[in-house]
Amino acid sequence: MHDANASRATDSVAPLTASAVLVNEVGLHARPSVKLTQCAKRFAGAIELALAPDGPWTDAKSPVKVMRVKAPKGAMLHFRATGTDGKAALAALIALVNDGFGEA
Amino acid sequence: MTEIHLTGRAAAPGLAIGPVTVLRDAVAKRTNFGDPAQEAAALKAAIAAASADIAGLIATVRGEAAEILEFQVAMLEDDALAEGAYDAISVGIAADHAWRSALDAEIAGYHAADDEYFRGRAADLIDIRDRVLAHLGGEGTVATISGDSVVAGHDISPSIFLAVDWTRGGAIALAAGSPSSHVAMLARARGAPMVVGLGPLPWNGQPPALALVDGDSGTVVFDPEPETLHLFEQRMAAATAARAVAEAGRFEPARTADGRHIAVLLNVAEPDELAHLDPAICDGIGLVRTEFLFEASQGLPDEDTQYQVYRRILEWAGQKPVTIRTLDAGGDKPIPGLTVDGESNPFLGLRGIRLLLARPDVFRVQLRALLRAAVHGSLKVMLPMVAVPSELERTAAMLDAEFAALTGQGIACARPPLGIMVEVPAAALCAEDFHAAFYSIGSNDLTQYTMAAARDIGAVADLNDTGNPAVLTLIARTVESANKRGVEVSLCGDAAAETRLTGPLLATGLTALSVAPVAVARLKAAIATVGA
Repeated sequence: MHDANASRATDSVAPLTASAVLVNEVGLHARPSVKLTQCAKRFAGAIELALAPDGPWTDAKSPVKVMRVKAPKGAMLHFRATGTDGKAALAALIALVNDGFGEA
Repeated sequence: MTEIHLTGRAAAPGLAIGPVTVLRDAVAKRTNFGDPAQEAAALKAAIAAASADIAGLIATVRGEAAEILEFQVAMLEDDALAEGAYDAISVGIAADHAWRSALDAEIAGYHAADDEYFRGRAADLIDIRDRVLAHLGGEGTVATISGDSVVAGHDISPSIFLAVDWTRGGAIALAAGSPSSHVAMLARARGAPMVVGLGPLPWNGQPPALALVDGDSGTVVFDPEPETLHLFEQRMAAATAARAVAEAGRFEPARTADGRHIAVLLNVAEPDELAHLDPAICDGIGLVRTEFLFEASQGLPDEDTQYQVYRRILEWAGQKPVTIRTLDAGGDKPIPGLTVDGESNPFLGLRGIRLLLARPDVFRVQLRALLRAAVHGSLKVMLPMVAVPSELERTAAMLDAEFAALTGQGIACARPPLGIMVEVPAAALCAEDFHAAFYSIGSNDLTQYTMAAARDIGAVADLNDTGNPAVLTLIARTVESANKRGVEVSLCGDAAAETRLTGPLLATGLTALSVAPVAVARLKAAIATVGA
């Protein structure tokens, strides 16, 4: 389990970040990618993910782009979110990853 | 116009008459509008239509298949997929070329992945690419195949097969293809007659209007003369009448004309096949293939996933026996990440029990799932491709160890009887030497190993005959060994469903046959004529 606490205050202009380890069996594959993007699309602000804390960043609302990341099992997923619902978005995404996308 | 007779190989039984639908390659010719705005609109419409096709398909499938299709829809609905194509169109490239190039680049990215799973997704992208291309071509699209037609072409993909409603009496006639392909299995399960290996389909331009497909003899007639058509219609009427009689006897126990009871068991390739079946049609399940669990796109299945599936099958069967075969990978059934690539002769290589014993990490998970499922019914576990007794003994030791471990952890489990598949001639010749709780004769492999002839090599396919005296002798010997040891024996290969072999097979002393659900009625009717 990784700390899902946002690193900045919600009223900041800078994006919020959070990270979690991919625990499901074959990484960020088809079904988890779809679930992750569906989750991300529920929020208004921009949400991006990366395999390293300094990017490169990928649009977490695009299944095509998320699949291009080919994140394997055990990879650390970093998220960053902007917008007023950024904090809630990060909490939801981290919960989804920690839960193994409901397939563990 | 003269009629055209073609002979191929039977892949799914039955007779059909229908208008011909020719499957076209996805590279259908289309006219370039020459205007970027119109080309972009054409691509947009094709993507929307492809997406709608798949959405329609999702409603007809379940589980794994539905999830993969949902993934395809999510990819198609994502503008990022076509971004590169729209860019190319804006500088004057035709929509089909632009789409193909963009998708090929995306597909190449998947092919280059380190991870086996991601490499496997290339097939989904190819499917997506071709669906959209088919719509761009404006003809021969997968959505337009009517279920009463004879689909003719080089080969047919599972996604096209699944898009057609085969209950309407259609059939398949292919220039290439194989009776052991995934589509052939699906065709047998759904009762769609299918003939493969017809060779080049002999028409240029104007395809034939009508075709007669004989999935029993492996022949197809295009544009039949009235006389040929009339005779075929008479045969179909007779076959339909015979089937109606057989269907009526489906729930009756199978008896030969001289009163012997024959157990009729089911072969199950996917648990979904059982959904609409009444267990009363059979005496149990003679073979559950577990490869479907491993072919899935999610990597090797974990213990709980397997346990849930096995349990569902046992609960369907109630107290009737269910024989589950441990993973039979290798040979013609490669599984990424598990089977060995590049063996010079995979049929004589690391397959079946050999592969399982070489991969105890994978085998143990399956054995534990089976031990746990065993409390939910009458489970028997069967090992594929056994050649020597030590393979059975080593597995029995592993099964005992896992049983002890589960019991020690307080997890509900039961130790099922362990039997062997007899499909290697060595096992048939020395069956008595195996301390197996039962024997199940796998006639497909036993035939090909005895006759040294593969089913899917057309030039020697006639040698691949389970009715050959050598094969029947090995079957009789296995039955005799089982009787001496006082254990059960059954036969679960395709030969069990070939009614011309019912007499010879029962003459070996067999009293249990296991067939696909669709063949139960036919087999029971054939059994009733034996000994008359």
